[in-house]
Amino acid sequence: MASSIRVRATANGDITEVQALIQHPMDTGLVKDSKGELIPAHYIQVLKFECNGKDVFVANWGTAVSKDPYVKFSFKGAKKGDDLKISWTDNKGGSDTTTAKIA
Amino acid sequence: MTTRTGLHPTRRLILQGAASVALLGLGNLPFGATSALAAANDKYPEEAFKQKSEADAIKALYGKTAEPSDKVKLDAPEIAENGGVVPIAVTTTLDKVTSISFFVAENPNALAASYKIPDGTMPSVANRLKMAKTSNVVAIVEADGKLYSATKEVKVTVGGCGG
Repeated sequence: MASSIRVRATANGDITEVQALIQHPMDTGLVKDSKGELIPAHYIQVLKFECNGKDVFVANWGTAVSKDPYVKFSFKGAKKGDDLKISWTDNKGGSDTTTAKIA
Repeated sequence: MTTRTGLHPTRRLILQGAASVALLGLGNLPFGATSALAAANDKYPEEAFKQKSEADAIKALYGKTAEPSDKVKLDAPEIAENGGVVPIAVTTTLDKVTSISFFVAENPNALAASYKIPDGTMPSVANRLKMAKTSNVVAIVEADGKLYSATKEVKVTVGGCGG
């Protein structure tokens, strides 16, 4: 299966800009389906970015993060060719991991 | 090869971390470093996400209150046509930032997202949030153990709670 995580990490000098897009329903548990039954909450809780053995960014998310979440941040200390590891876990125990090369 | 032996120290570290977090929760130690740790720990802040109001969520997440600061720049639209996807970003010129959090006051649960900013990461985050209706959006920046906030009202024409 294709990864649920799409990442673009670009190094510009000492600063690496990271944009990530994740495919996830991010159900709040408050919305009803067409039969009038509540769709149970299903959302990413923790999203982590690691580079060179160090956490560079950790997101704790609630249900108010949009479906197919997007996040952007920048960090220092990486260079082109370094690996950026991205992983998430959701409230149902689901998870995914991918590694991106910094371009 | 090293994974098996490597497991134990990791587990011990996690347990130690959890223990110190528990201790921090009990006593409010008057050190900047420890309060920074409390919000910067790796544990998912379950309780904070369950709080209804913005004030309660801030309290549950940080255990203190924030003061408004013009050094926190909150970038959000005046009007969001689709409350399901509202692009919101925050940047700050403050030093020693350890975390950035987003709250939507009128949502069923105010806390939307909380980001840990380790050393070397820029104090700037962009994301997309759901908004049930027109509401104040509050960004909180934790810097050097203190909390700073910026607030902006976003008008929502179509709510983000499905339907």
